[in-house]
Amino acid sequence: MSSTGIGARVQRKEDFRFITGKGHYTDDVNRHGQTHAAFLRSPHAHAEILSIDASAASAMPGVVAIFTGDDLAADKIGGLICGWMIHSKDGEPMKAGAHPALAQGKVRYVGDHVAVVIAETLSQARDALEKIVVDYKVLPATVATGDALKPGAPVVHDVAPDNAVYRWALGNEAETKDAFARAAHVTRMDIVNNRLIPNPMEPRAAVGDWDSGSDAFTLYTTSQNPHVARLVLSAFIGIAPEHKLRVIAPDVGGGFGSKIFIYAEETVCVWAAKKVGRPVKWTSDRTEAFLADAHGRDHVTHAEMALDAAGKILGLRVHTTANLGAYLSTFSSSVPTYLYAPLLSGQYNIPAIYCEVDGVYTNTAPVDAYRGAGRPEATFVIERMMEVAAREIGENPAEFRRKNFVTSFPHQTPVIMCYDAGDYGAALDKAMAMADTAGFATRKADSARKGLLRGLGFSAYIEACGIAPSAAVGSLGAGVGLWESAEVRVNPIGTVEILTGSHSHGQGHETTFAQLVSERLGISIDNVSIVHGDTDKVQMGMGTYGSRSGAVGMSAIVKALDKIEAKAKKVAGFVLEASADDIDFKDGKFTVRGTDKEIDFASVALQAYIAHKFNGQELEPGLKESAFWDPTNFTFPAGVHICELEIDPATGVTRIDRWTAVDDFGNVINPMIVEGQVHGGIAQGVGQALLEGAVYDASGQLVTASYMDYSMPRAGDLPSYDIGMTQTVCPSNPLGIKGCGEAGAIAAPPAVINAITDALGHEDIAMPATPLAVWRAIQKHMPRAAAE
Amino acid sequence: MATVSMSVNGKNVSRDIDPRTLLVDFLREDLRLTGTHVGCDTTQCGCCTVHVDGKAMKSCTLLAIGLEGAQITTIEGLAKGQELHPMQAAFREHHGLQCGFCTPGMIMAAVDMVNRKGNDLDDKTIREELEGNICRCTGYHNIVKAIHSGAEAMGAGK
Repeated sequence: MSSTGIGARVQRKEDFRFITGKGHYTDDVNRHGQTHAAFLRSPHAHAEILSIDASAASAMPGVVAIFTGDDLAADKIGGLICGWMIHSKDGEPMKAGAHPALAQGKVRYVGDHVAVVIAETLSQARDALEKIVVDYKVLPATVATGDALKPGAPVVHDVAPDNAVYRWALGNEAETKDAFARAAHVTRMDIVNNRLIPNPMEPRAAVGDWDSGSDAFTLYTTSQNPHVARLVLSAFIGIAPEHKLRVIAPDVGGGFGSKIFIYAEETVCVWAAKKVGRPVKWTSDRTEAFLADAHGRDHVTHAEMALDAAGKILGLRVHTTANLGAYLSTFSSSVPTYLYAPLLSGQYNIPAIYCEVDGVYTNTAPVDAYRGAGRPEATFVIERMMEVAAREIGENPAEFRRKNFVTSFPHQTPVIMCYDAGDYGAALDKAMAMADTAGFATRKADSARKGLLRGLGFSAYIEACGIAPSAAVGSLGAGVGLWESAEVRVNPIGTVEILTGSHSHGQGHETTFAQLVSERLGISIDNVSIVHGDTDKVQMGMGTYGSRSGAVGMSAIVKALDKIEAKAKKVAGFVLEASADDIDFKDGKFTVRGTDKEIDFASVALQAYIAHKFNGQELEPGLKESAFWDPTNFTFPAGVHICELEIDPATGVTRIDRWTAVDDFGNVINPMIVEGQVHGGIAQGVGQALLEGAVYDASGQLVTASYMDYSMPRAGDLPSYDIGMTQTVCPSNPLGIKGCGEAGAIAAPPAVINAITDALGHEDIAMPATPLAVWRAIQKHMPRAAAE
Repeated sequence: MATVSMSVNGKNVSRDIDPRTLLVDFLREDLRLTGTHVGCDTTQCGCCTVHVDGKAMKSCTLLAIGLEGAQITTIEGLAKGQELHPMQAAFREHHGLQCGFCTPGMIMAAVDMVNRKGNDLDDKTIREELEGNICRCTGYHNIVKAIHSGAEAMGAGK
């Protein structure tokens, strides 16, 4: 391993600009003559719009234009789309209600977009917003997930008169029923997965620009996948054909899923730029982000697990109601279905699984993928069930898991996935050693002497990422393929530009992708630049989500580098007067096998461009190759996280004392960056378990719409993390890597709640386990808790 | 409009501004110092932290007009050319940033923390002192390490 190659802890190349204030985010973009947009948002969860009077607002100083849904409709601008078709178990396609970028006749959640004011300054736009008069007929609202399907619930979209988007199922119902008929023990649980608001620190932003000379648009936007944004804005929404629409996502300040989607504001800004003939800029404030960024999670689940007399799992039956909010966001339909139920097998041999999911509309913000997207929800179900089942039958939770682990690979689960490689027992052993679980009883006794409750919780998670084989996801309803592209441009002096369809918004691609090139071509990482986030520079790509940039994005680079090496060998062959078949390439040097003749990579690059040593009709000049990589399987990162915590029963305050994570990500490009991804994921998972929860009141007002009301994890809420790794190489991509971006957020919540319930001695606590919730749970079960 | 004059990163600046202009907008829009970010508008997240007369303050809730004659330091004013401030160097060395959006505010808050609390900071103190700065990417583990190390380096450089 070289000091900058694969596996090295290389400091990040991108950091210099970030730590000196020279990052370049969308809100830093100012275009000459730009105007500012402000959105009028619905104050009601559900209402008819009887009239909109913008006459007084239009007369306000600085106002350039005011647009409503009628203006979009008049220009034949299409609605926002959901790109994944789900069919109900009766074969019916999902019921997709219309989703105009600006409301047409009705608003369906607090924060829904009613009108846009475009003005010379932001202050003028905001001042004018207050002068728009909207006459609403307020309607009763459906808010809570569990209420949506009740008879008589207010109907969100007429196309779904019972509020069901779909009633979907996966698995074998009859076999699962048989398994339960044979069970010696059945564990049953009701489980709520709390609704979260993603909150990347950079709010969404957009600058739309239109060039009258070429009738071409440019959209600067906070996107994880600018090409997908261009595709949707072009092919479905109808802003402009793709060759007349450039989407640029510069530095993006965190995404966590929420910047995958194509939202109303970006659509309106780019469309309006032509309407007003000037650039249009919008930057979300934080409350707008709470109201209108797609939320995450929000499941209500009943689960049952059947065990035989020896404690082996026979079957799992799950029914989930998933809140999809007021409209179907871009990939929302896939999250509680194909990104959820196929992970319910966990790390375990479960012969029969049956899962039903009812996706429902409510008068709340749209819900879509948020870090983990379906897999945290599945992991929370299976890992809570494992813990509780072990407690019910009197087995050690770790050994109960071990007894049921999948131990031979490949392993076909009953719910689509074929696990390719893993060693779950090794991760459990290592995690238990690192966490010193053997010393837990002593530490618990010490805590008890101080009047504190100590608990230990396991989470043995698996996830499916590196999404995904295009044909496979296509057969499941995806509207796009999930390959990735790469282009390798070798310059005549031997420096290299990598153009990738992946997009970095914190993941460090400028470093890790350069490490791959450094390793392969034997050049310094300083001689490699990574180009991404601009549809005019980079060929079609699919972007970054689902922990896919390593497994899929880097595999595309490998494929292009293979072509570069093959071509370069031909050039070297001409220069060294040998057959390309006799050329070896190692450590940046081409050598003729069995001789001392050699030429370095940079010299070959120069020779490729000057093209003096070969016939340009037989071998094309230049050294540039591109590739599209379509994965052959998902990747299956897995591991064991162990949370040990202390609860003060007087206050209900939980303090995490130790966090141990042992993850198997296959081969690792940069351990420093991978550990950072794990840290951040755990923090979001602990946030879900202890602090975070979106709260709507009964009328559909979002009560948690600022950092004073929504509890973001702060440094003092979190522990330091003890991170370890095991390694089984992923067989389905050339680098053997699995993906690490979401693992922490998937693993953490059940580890926390399993530890809290271990400390409390009962299972009656929901997320977020705030001090008040824990204190109440202690009070409610005082006799049992006091007896501990 | 009203005129305000102050020193920003050692340079005297004077501008005619709308009296309701916030310091962060004055820095970002009037002076084009875009390293100072707005994460929440309500003085919760700390992305907008700058130094006003040597103390860390959140520029999203300060009016520029009230800072006549003040000495302002932003993230752009911390390094000496290509020579990083020790706290900046520590954030890079310890991977204390991912997306980079909260980072300028974190670094400005960290320097202020050292100025107030000294160079030998324990983890508990660092975590408590970061109450006003939110990071969504790193889980804070490496930020705490970076500040610990940066604080020591600032002491060694005295």
